[in-house]
Amino acid sequence: MTKLYTFLKYFFISFWTVFVVAPFLWAVSTSFKDFQSVNSKVTYIPWLDFEPTLEGWRVLIKSPAKGGVDIVEPYFNSIFVTCTASLISIVLGTLAAYALSRFTFKAGFVRNNDITFFFISQRIMPPIVLSIPFFIFLSTIGLLDSLLGLVVVYIVLLMPIAVWIMVDFFNRVPKELDETALIDGCNPYQAFYKVVLPNSIPGLIVAGMFCIIFGWIDFFFAFILTFTEVQLLPVKVVALNSSITPWWSLSASALVSVAPLIIVAFVVERYLSKGNLSGALK
Amino acid sequence: MNLIGQNISYKPDDQFHLNDVSFNFKKGSLYTILGRTLSGKTTLLKTIAGLLNPDKGVISFEEKNFIKIPVWERNVAMVYQQFINYPHLNVYENITFPLVQRKLSPEHIKKDVDEALKTVGLVGFENRKIQELSGGQQQRVALARSLAKKAKILLLDEPLVNLDYKLREQLREEFKRIFSEGLSQDTILIYSTTDPQEVMELNGEVIVLDEGKVLQKGPAKEIFENPTNLKVAEISNDPPMNVLKGSKNLKNLNFENIFLEIPNHFKNLEDKDYNFGIRASEVKLDDSGEEFEIELAEISGSETLLHLKRGNSKIIALIEEVMNFKIHEKVKINFNANKFYAFGEDEKLVSSPYGGSNG
Repeated sequence: MTKLYTFLKYFFISFWTVFVVAPFLWAVSTSFKDFQSVNSKVTYIPWLDFEPTLEGWRVLIKSPAKGGVDIVEPYFNSIFVTCTASLISIVLGTLAAYALSRFTFKAGFVRNNDITFFFISQRIMPPIVLSIPFFIFLSTIGLLDSLLGLVVVYIVLLMPIAVWIMVDFFNRVPKELDETALIDGCNPYQAFYKVVLPNSIPGLIVAGMFCIIFGWIDFFFAFILTFTEVQLLPVKVVALNSSITPWWSLSASALVSVAPLIIVAFVVERYLSKGNLSGALK
Repeated sequence: MNLIGQNISYKPDDQFHLNDVSFNFKKGSLYTILGRTLSGKTTLLKTIAGLLNPDKGVISFEEKNFIKIPVWERNVAMVYQQFINYPHLNVYENITFPLVQRKLSPEHIKKDVDEALKTVGLVGFENRKIQELSGGQQQRVALARSLAKKAKILLLDEPLVNLDYKLREQLREEFKRIFSEGLSQDTILIYSTTDPQEVMELNGEVIVLDEGKVLQKGPAKEIFENPTNLKVAEISNDPPMNVLKGSKNLKNLNFENIFLEIPNHFKNLEDKDYNFGIRASEVKLDDSGEEFEIELAEISGSETLLHLKRGNSKIIALIEEVMNFKIHEKVKINFNANKFYAFGEDEKLVSSPYGGSNG
């Protein structure tokens, strides 16, 4: 019984691993091909099956004037927008979550849970519902097709995630911990940043990771709210596909764009395996 | 110079958490607040600490209005029943936290913390993480932190309730020593508990709370010997005092078809219906006694608790040895009439074996 279970477990995991990793291997191999190798016959292994070339990668950093596509600028745009929006979302979201977790709000029929739900509802709504309001809003304040405009929109998208995760986290931090800090001579702000915050690092990391992931992969708003001045990476990658599909540079740019998320995953995974994400508070 | 509370009420929802509570706590004394869970003990302590503001009433300390002073300036210390320490700091940093917050000099801090560590017996644990400590040790850290503060008001909210039986006994003994050695003469110590035995051992002034109301105030011995009403008698005994509805007539006491001789302290009572109270420890197994049916038998430590039934009356007998009983078995028990309390039908104390009464 247990043997069968172990067998099935590893069988399923191996199967799933192939399922997940195969497209990456395919992309890596394709990124080193040229037009000839992609279009002739099915090939997989460089040097053996086909002659590898760096053309697909070179195109990415060449300026359009020289026949390249230049994803360097969109890349840094994406990093800037994602990081700024995530940072602001975490700071504001954490403060909002702390207030929602510790204080009781009453305004008409509105209670704490309603406010929390209001935040989360921004994510439940299909994004397309927000596209027209956002477009009109940004064009009114003159931030259409600008990095700042995108940061503003992404804060709206990312802050609910931070609030959601952190409210849940703070609710599990005993209220008595804050009270002890108050009794020990901290005013409410000191209690927050000297006691509650240092014990919330695991929650902050998880919230930050989610913000970065959701900010980085967004295509929809980056596509609708920008035209020529500013471009984000997902839009640029998709735009590579024209009358003929340049599989080699498409693969290369896809690999470059998932790289940061893989790095984030490794960092968080190391942090997780040290056991720091749980057990600090019971 | 005392901590005085007058007519404090706190009613956050449709129920009173504190209902017209008054107290006068003197410096250098130990006060215990006895009450069941949800009786308002924690609320009262939090009100004194300043974590809650009462709806009505006045608290003053050293002739100042205490309610106007925010928590972080009140110089109180509090130990919770949950072991609350700062998980991101080690033992030493935990204890220094309030002192650093007060910006005391490093030498001063070191002296006070070393002293507190010694008092609670945690020398050598300075660099441990809180999560590596056992429950009892965590509670010692919390206690050390509140001792090192040298606060003028020290609040302990059921500090032993979450510990296992053995540790509780051990720490309770130590608490008595710590309270007599480790505290300065102008500290007011307020200790809340559900356990009557703790109250008796700490032997301070007692306030019995129930549903936010003060039922009785007085020295531990007085509460134990002369509870002013049935509620106090139930709260201040563990297991709760048995109540038997019955009556006194010319010749004897009568309840559930049992007739007892009238004890001396009942001689002057009017002949009418009473609620008789008898402690579980005064109910004895006796072959010449009256028949009761066993509903449940619990063995705890070296004692056996028998839940007995006869007619409409249910009582508990505390037997000082481990015995095996079958459920629904009949046993014969006897009552020591000299230890009977009589409460009127309004549940107020009429006569006690120790001479107290409400008359």
